[in-house]
Amino acid sequence: MAGLTLQLLGLQLFTGVALGALYVLLAVGLSLIFGMLTVVNFAHGAFYMLGAYVGLWLLMHGVNFWVALALAPLAVGGFGLAIERTLIRPLYGRGLDYPLLLTFGLSYVIVELVRIWFGNTGYPVDTPDLLQGAVNIGVGYFPLYRLFVIAATAVILLALWLFLERTSFGLIVRAGARDPQIVRILGVNVARVWLIVFGLGAGLAGLAGVLAAPLQGVIPEMGDPILAEAFVVTVVGGMGSLMGAVVAGLLVGVVVSMTSLFAPEMSRVAIFALMAVVLLIRPQGFFGRAGLMS
Amino acid sequence: MTMQAASSASPARALLAWARRRRAWLAALFLILFPLVAPFKALAAMILIYGLYAVGFNIVFGYLGLLSFGHAALFGAGAYFCGIAIVHFGLPWWVAIALGIVGGVLAAAAIGALAIRTRGIYFAMVTLALSQCVYYLFYEATDWTGGENGLTGVDVKTIDLFGLKLDFVNPLVHYYVIAAFVIAALFALSRLLASPFGAVIEGVRESEARARASGFDVSRVRFVTFVVSGAFCGLAGALLALHLSVVPIETLQYDTSGLAVMMCLLGGMGTYFGPFVGAAIFLLLENLVSLYTVHWQLFVGAAFIACVLFFQRGVWGTFLQWSEK
Amino acid sequence: MSMNDKGWSRRQAVAAAGAALASPFLFNIARAETAKIKVGFPVPLTGPYGAEAQDQVRAAQVAIAEFNESGGLKGRQAELLVRDDKLKPGEAATRALELIEGDKVDFIVGSLSASVQLAVNNVTKARKVLYNSISQSDAINEAKEFSPYTFHEALNPHMTGGAVGRYAFSKFGKKVVFLTADYAYGYEMVRGFQAAGKPMGIQTLADIRHPLGTNDFSALLPRIEALKPDVLVISNFGRDQQISLKQATDFGLKKTMKIVAPVLLYTGRIAAGAQAFEGVVGGTSYYWGLEKTVASAKAFNDRFRKLHKGRVPSDYGSYAYGGVKTFLMAARQAGTTDAQAVIPAMEALKYDYYKGPEFYRKCDHQAVQSVFIIQSKTAPAGDPADVFDILATDAPDEANLRSCQELGFK
Repeated sequence: MAGLTLQLLGLQLFTGVALGALYVLLAVGLSLIFGMLTVVNFAHGAFYMLGAYVGLWLLMHGVNFWVALALAPLAVGGFGLAIERTLIRPLYGRGLDYPLLLTFGLSYVIVELVRIWFGNTGYPVDTPDLLQGAVNIGVGYFPLYRLFVIAATAVILLALWLFLERTSFGLIVRAGARDPQIVRILGVNVARVWLIVFGLGAGLAGLAGVLAAPLQGVIPEMGDPILAEAFVVTVVGGMGSLMGAVVAGLLVGVVVSMTSLFAPEMSRVAIFALMAVVLLIRPQGFFGRAGLMS
Repeated sequence: MTMQAASSASPARALLAWARRRRAWLAALFLILFPLVAPFKALAAMILIYGLYAVGFNIVFGYLGLLSFGHAALFGAGAYFCGIAIVHFGLPWWVAIALGIVGGVLAAAAIGALAIRTRGIYFAMVTLALSQCVYYLFYEATDWTGGENGLTGVDVKTIDLFGLKLDFVNPLVHYYVIAAFVIAALFALSRLLASPFGAVIEGVRESEARARASGFDVSRVRFVTFVVSGAFCGLAGALLALHLSVVPIETLQYDTSGLAVMMCLLGGMGTYFGPFVGAAIFLLLENLVSLYTVHWQLFVGAAFIACVLFFQRGVWGTFLQWSEK
Repeated sequence: MSMNDKGWSRRQAVAAAGAALASPFLFNIARAETAKIKVGFPVPLTGPYGAEAQDQVRAAQVAIAEFNESGGLKGRQAELLVRDDKLKPGEAATRALELIEGDKVDFIVGSLSASVQLAVNNVTKARKVLYNSISQSDAINEAKEFSPYTFHEALNPHMTGGAVGRYAFSKFGKKVVFLTADYAYGYEMVRGFQAAGKPMGIQTLADIRHPLGTNDFSALLPRIEALKPDVLVISNFGRDQQISLKQATDFGLKKTMKIVAPVLLYTGRIAAGAQAFEGVVGGTSYYWGLEKTVASAKAFNDRFRKLHKGRVPSDYGSYAYGGVKTFLMAARQAGTTDAQAVIPAMEALKYDYYKGPEFYRKCDHQAVQSVFIIQSKTAPAGDPADVFDILATDAPDEANLRSCQELGFK
């Protein structure tokens, strides 16, 4: 292929990691929610979109980007808390399908509400002044903002890891992901844990949305394609496994990036083909536990 | 659905039991009378087609108990096989419909063979992924399928039926020709569900371990059920191609798979006629609400949530349950 | 003559029966004289192009009002039946069927995407209903889709690609990279550029195809940068275009190459913002700023402003106006809405309704029209609607279209 240099490959790799960062954030949220609540959250894409729009709304009202970056995920997380409490909690114990179906219908409602409020067309979101421009990372020029996205994701993941490994609440979350019944028998208020985990997952999706907004602008439908990709990542990594979400997220990002270099029109089908292959060879994903929620 | 004993206490129960035994006939009667009450015949035909699609999906979802997110591939393969038969090979309409059924069966066999090894939520994900692969296959084969533009020119102007020439462009004739196939399919389904195999399907749903202990090859049962579902969905797809005279590429997208799930849930999964009711409700809601507001998705989504929370048996299922009391 | 129980004679009974049977027909004939001319209008009111579709409805309303105010057709008024096709071919076909069978429309105008126009056309041509497509794709011009009832008011990518190509390749350079959406419309655009570029001797360094609906182009941009073209032709549409322009700007591509696009949409520019579109050269069928130089544009804009509280029409809106008005004017010319009379009237029509002279080519009923080369303004002066500068005009010329033979006509 003309022009294929080591430099280009290196730059492409970096692009893949940046792409993967958003996938990781979304997949971690999905995995947490599934691992803990065994709920497949079809509204995850809608939470992502909601985060972007809350960020947009804050920016439109003169709030600076950094504050918006902190507030939007909190808002979406709060919304997630409300959703869990009112809509999802009544469905526990009714089988795997019902919460899935509910979140499916919920995504329609959320997207339409945003359409009603903000209209169909979508809005541009400018990159914050501090993060504009490109820097030379050795293999070429790379947009500063994308580097920021990688860094922000790394920081969030570190914080999450510390939370899960070093706090008692985190311990409960990990235990609950492993065996919810035992945790309940041991007297833990599982309902409250689930509430918080759902909110946390929603908040992570919202954060991904705010981070994505300067990259692609906002539009009510932005959650749909990303949801499918996030599912692929979660399943490939193993539903319920956070390590899996991280590894798979980066892998999918790099796969998309590399496919784009050689056969760009195949880049979307490449992810689904990857998922099909992984599921057939190792159905629980890379790091998932075999037999987890069949 | 269990067979009610004929000698039940109230006449209502006896009526219901009789209705259950004659369900295919009653369904046929309803469908024959439907165009008289439907706002548009074109809409009525769409309800027929999507109703059959949902009924086919329900075989796997309601009766077998597996949530599949890949049924768009079965539906779409049927539509494209029928369309391609007419557009590229000039085959007569009845051959094209038969090929549509074959298309659905092939897609189901391909996806089913690979997906049956997985369970639960992974089954849903694998079917989703595989049907997306089917979508891209058809999307890229532009010479055969028209790609993004869809397959146009699936024109059947007259139906030549043993010397009787029917004008397929006439809306009422158009509806009844489609209805004839759907009614035939519903009869076939009723026989299937009432047969021993039908009982095995539900047995596998209730308890896989017990079914296996009783000597059934569960994987084989699942595979065969999936393929049968493919035949019904393939037929629905073929009828769609004839009805619209185009095959749009969105027929293969995962939205269409989601549509089947929604319709089944709205109507009532695990019931014979429920998915039909669900399809009718969904399409009517969408069409009627569209006339007043562009925000029809809000109402459909809200109705769906209401069903999940309060009417898990769907509208039809809840009605059946209530009438049993 | 026998008398039955009710005391009626047979003759009286026959006369009464005859009158009863005839009366609906009499009633119908009377009604037909004043019956409204119904124009079906399926457009994607829901979905990502809702804004364009809303503007199309507004412009169609202007055409209808203008027709009615100037006397209609021998006193018959026109009526617009707006339907939502949700940007889906299946929905559009169903809406078209309903409009024809239920509402008994005389004409159908509409559609925005290529697949939708083809679906509607399939329905209308089988039922012999006149259809004017306002979708910017020339798939409908092909011989296998064509019927005498099919018309195409909107321009197509071959025309715009050619126009922009002729302008850009001479001005900015001959080394070209194409970034193309991987679907029929994308290829149509590239074909237009190549048709103009080949005689000029352009060198195609690469034609990179991206999947439709890509929301992140970062994987493709480094390679484009490495190829060092003079001109980057981005052939996609809607959100794909907005995102690719934004990200190309972020990656600094504008520093080293000129970015051109076959079509720049007014609504797209508003949605993506000034920064993304800055310096991008593209084509359009219509921009309201045309009113400074073209009289019919001023007349159209003024009517639009009057009916819609000072708003100006967009490019897609102008299609709706043209599409509806041509049918109504042709009907007026023919004196009837009967398709067999309207078709020759349409074919003979030489009109200038909003952008300059146009006519329908005989072989494929494509409206031969001008293309305007535009560039986004850096910072909108005072008026937020003033977003483009018109750089040049590509005059209407049949040679800019694909030839009848190319399309499959004998």
